[in-house]
This record gives sequence, C-alpha cells and structure tokens, in this order.
Amino acid sequence: MRNPKRAEKIAFFFLFLATLLIVVPVGLIVVIIIQKGSPAINWQFLTDIPRQGMRAGGILPAIVGTVYLVLGAIIFALPIGVLSAVYLSEYAKDNFLTRIIKLAIINLAGVPSVVYGLFGLALFVVFFRFGASILSGSLTLGIMILPIIITTSREALESVPYSFREVSRSLGASKWQSISSIVLPNAISGILTGTILGLGRAAGETAPILFTVAAFYLPQLPSSIFHQAMALPYHLYVISTQVPNVDEKIRYGTALVLLALVLFMNLVAIIIRYKFRKKKKW
Amino acid sequence: MRKFREFFIEKLILICGLAAIFFVVLIFLFLLKEGLSVFGTVSPLKFLLGKSWYPISEPAQLGILPLILGSLLVTLGAAAISIPIGVACAVYIAEIAPLKIKEVLKSGIELLAAIPSVVLGFIGMVTLVPWVKSMFHLPTGLTALSGSIMLAFMAMPTIVSIAEDALYSVPKSYKEGALALGATHWQAIYRVILPAASSGILAAVMLGIGRVIGETMAVMMITGNAAVIPQSILVPIRTLTATIAAEMGEAVVGSEHYFALFAVGIVLFVMSFAINVTADLFLHKKK
Repeated sequence: MRNPKRAEKIAFFFLFLATLLIVVPVGLIVVIIIQKGSPAINWQFLTDIPRQGMRAGGILPAIVGTVYLVLGAIIFALPIGVLSAVYLSEYAKDNFLTRIIKLAIINLAGVPSVVYGLFGLALFVVFFRFGASILSGSLTLGIMILPIIITTSREALESVPYSFREVSRSLGASKWQSISSIVLPNAISGILTGTILGLGRAAGETAPILFTVAAFYLPQLPSSIFHQAMALPYHLYVISTQVPNVDEKIRYGTALVLLALVLFMNLVAIIIRYKFRKKKKW
Repeated sequence: MRKFREFFIEKLILICGLAAIFFVVLIFLFLLKEGLSVFGTVSPLKFLLGKSWYPISEPAQLGILPLILGSLLVTLGAAAISIPIGVACAVYIAEIAPLKIKEVLKSGIELLAAIPSVVLGFIGMVTLVPWVKSMFHLPTGLTALSGSIMLAFMAMPTIVSIAEDALYSVPKSYKEGALALGATHWQAIYRVILPAASSGILAAVMLGIGRVIGETMAVMMITGNAAVIPQSILVPIRTLTATIAAEMGEAVVGSEHYFALFAVGIVLFVMSFAINVTADLFLHKKK
C-alpha cells in the first residue's frame, strides 16, 4: 500500500464493518423477539398454567419458579459475597493467600454452567438428599453468581476513599464499626448493582437447574422449597425442542418474557450505577 | 464484649473470604468423587480416546473422543470467526469511535452478554439453522457450522470488552510518540498499540474460547447432537457440554452412565481451569 492515508481509510472501514457485524445482529435479535413475541403477551398468558401439553394456556408456574430460584440464590450468595468482598478490600494483605483467592474467584466465574449443574446434583440433590428441589437449584445458582457479587462489591468498597476509614478510626471507631457504618453504606449502590446483575444471570441460566430443580411440567405452583419447580429458561428449552407443534407465538412469547425480565434487571443495574456516578461526593 | 464481637466478626469475614477457594475445591472434589468411579470399568486412555459413545448399550461403550472432537470443531470454528471480528471491534471502540457512539456500542455489547443462552439458542434454531440449511443445500441445518457461528457471537462480549481494556490501558505517550514521528493513526494502531496490548488481547481471546467450550444450551439446541466423529463442519456434532445436559436427566444415579458423565465434567473443569489460569498469567504480565 503506497498511500498510507488510503490504507488508513480502508482499514478503518473494515474495523467499522466488524463492529456492525456484532451490534446489528444484537439489535435484530431483540427486535425480532419483541415483534413476534408481543402478540402472545396478555393477562392470561402471564397468569395461567400451561394447558394442552404446553401448547396453550400461560406460563405462570415458570415465572413463579424463576422468581423463587433467583430469590433463593441471592439470599445465599449476597451475605457470603459481600463479606468476601469486605475481606478482600479491607483485611487482605498483598500475599500468596490473596493471590490464590483471586485466582479461585476467576476460576469460579469460568466454570462451565453445566458443570455447576453436575456439582449441584452430586452435592445438594444426592449427597445432602435435598432431591431435585428449589433449595438445591437456588444453592447451585447462588454459588454460580458468587464471583459476580464478590467482584462488583469489591470494586464498590475499594472506590470508597481511604480517608473515610482514617477519619472514622481516628474518632475511636473499631475497624468493623468503620466498615459497617461508614464504608458499606457508601458502597451500597455498587453492591446493589452487582446483586442485580447476579439476579439477571441467575434468572437466565438453564444448565445449572437442569438436574437440580427444573420440572418438565407442573400444573400447580410450588408450595415448599423441597419441591421441584418449573423455570422460564428451562420452559423455553422444553417448548422449543422437546414438545412438537407448539405455536410459534407461545415460544416467542416465552422468550420475550425471559428476555424482558433479564434486560429489565440489567437496565435497573445500569441506572443505579449511572445515578451513583453522578451523585458521588468525593 | 466489644472486642469479642469484633474478633468473631473478623473471623466470619475471613471465612467468607475463603469461600471462593472452598467452592472451587468442593466442585472439583465432588466431580472426582463421582467421576473417578467410571475408571473402574474403562481405562482413562480408552475413555479419552475411545471412538464410540454408546453409554446405554450392553456393554456400554464409553469413548469420549467424538465429543472432544465435536467440542474442538465448534470451538475452532467459533474462534476463527470471533477473534478477527472481536479484536477489530475492540480496536474500533477503543481508538476510532467518537465518544457518544462508543457508549452506544459498549452498551450494545453489554446487552449481548446479558441475553440468556437459551434465548440465543432459540433464535439460532428459528433463524440461523434454516439459513445454513438452504445456503449449503444440506439435509439439516443443525450442524457444527451453525454452532460455530452462534458461539462466535456469544464469545464476542468477552473478547471485545477485555481486548478493549487492554488497548485502552496502553500509555497514551506510545501513540503520541508514533504520531509525532509522522505515522498515520492506523499505522500507530497496528505497529505500536496492538503489539503493546498483545498480552491482554491474548488473554481476551483465551477467555473467549473458555466461554465457548463451556457453553451448553445454545450449542445443544443447534448442533444436532450426533455423537459421531465429525468428518466436516457441515454435519451434526455433539459437544462435551451438550452430552452432559442431554443425558444426565435419563442417567440413573450411581450407574456407569452417571459416573461417565461426571468424568466428562472433570474433563471440562480441567480445561476451563487451565484456560483461566493461563489467561490470568497473561493479564498479570501486562502489569
């Protein structure tokens, strides 16, 4: 290429093209699901049980099941995750142990989701004899989202200025008092962001719940944490691959409800983060 | 009393701090506990290199080579598509896009990362699969190629965001030096900035591949699930992850099949562990 200016133009054009190749399909996917799914959405679809072998009726048990699972996961993962983040940001020294903890978090985040499913099956369903139940599924999902909560909470804690801690300690507060009454309240929106992102992730995952909780079809709502439950992502999998002749509309409608749920949580997280950044006093 | 409370809380925090290590070890131990039993009936070498996977025939044939090759094939295909496009997109976002467009692009990619894999699998089934079928005049569109395209797409958020971080953290003085010497912006990018960010980009690529190998639902829905050694990219295949997801529901707890699926889980765990540790080494080299 003799002319470097022309080479630059060509190169930049291809870089732009590559970007379009990623972003345009994302937009298309969302638009297609909204367009084809919204005709299915009505009050009955959201509040009725599936009927006629899941070819008609609604998806209420799947929605409720997913809500239970996600709440269970967060009840388990939030305290452990936040305290773990407190340890890393406030107590940990720069030593070998800390290095190993960070590596473990990275690995926990990288474990394939279906391996979490196996683990949940072996530990909670078989070893602890919880059976395929909301409890087993929630705990499995909880461990899966732990790295998300630890990482985001740690960032939030570390962004609280060091001087806050020094002032609090100089006024006679103990280390834990400084953390619980000064550092944590100032990091709360960051922790909330991480929690909601974790919720979104837990709501959308299928593989970890396949053998730990998910029921193919249940005509009633689960009444105890030791019961199986339907879940939205698994229900979408079932009606799009396991059950023949399901109306396209119902498949798209289910995909839309799941997508809307997950994207809504992400949107809330983004808004909290944005407001927090604007409000930051330091 | 206060001292005692403080002591108790600090110990609790330490225990939670160690939770990540505890769970990684626990996952590995439970995979080993259930998975190693299979090697009582089939040798590890025969398990890894056996050419047929018929877990419920009598006697069961437990060779996972077709599954490993299936995983490798879709992963290579996905890597071939996602690495050039992903890195190019990262360069565009980090270096070229105006600030406002940059924010839009970044949220678009975050959006992609948020879409559940079962939704992407469903969309792949209704759009990509028929397209591949008619494009290549195949009897079925459920092929390794469809899986590769979908997985390439799913690896993008990882590759783009980590590579963009790496490009962004190259000191501005490098670029300014190159421009001052008369280089065009593009020359500065590919002669100076890309080489300076290479270890971070390598880490991005590895983590993207890790994501691809571990992906389950989408790949199970669109690759056809045929556990045979693939002869081309246009035939149905089955991956390690899809095998576990598809068969564990029917496997009887404590049966040979059940143990074999856990052994497949060990293989996956070890793979993802190796990838993550190596990628982390590359990321730390940068600093």
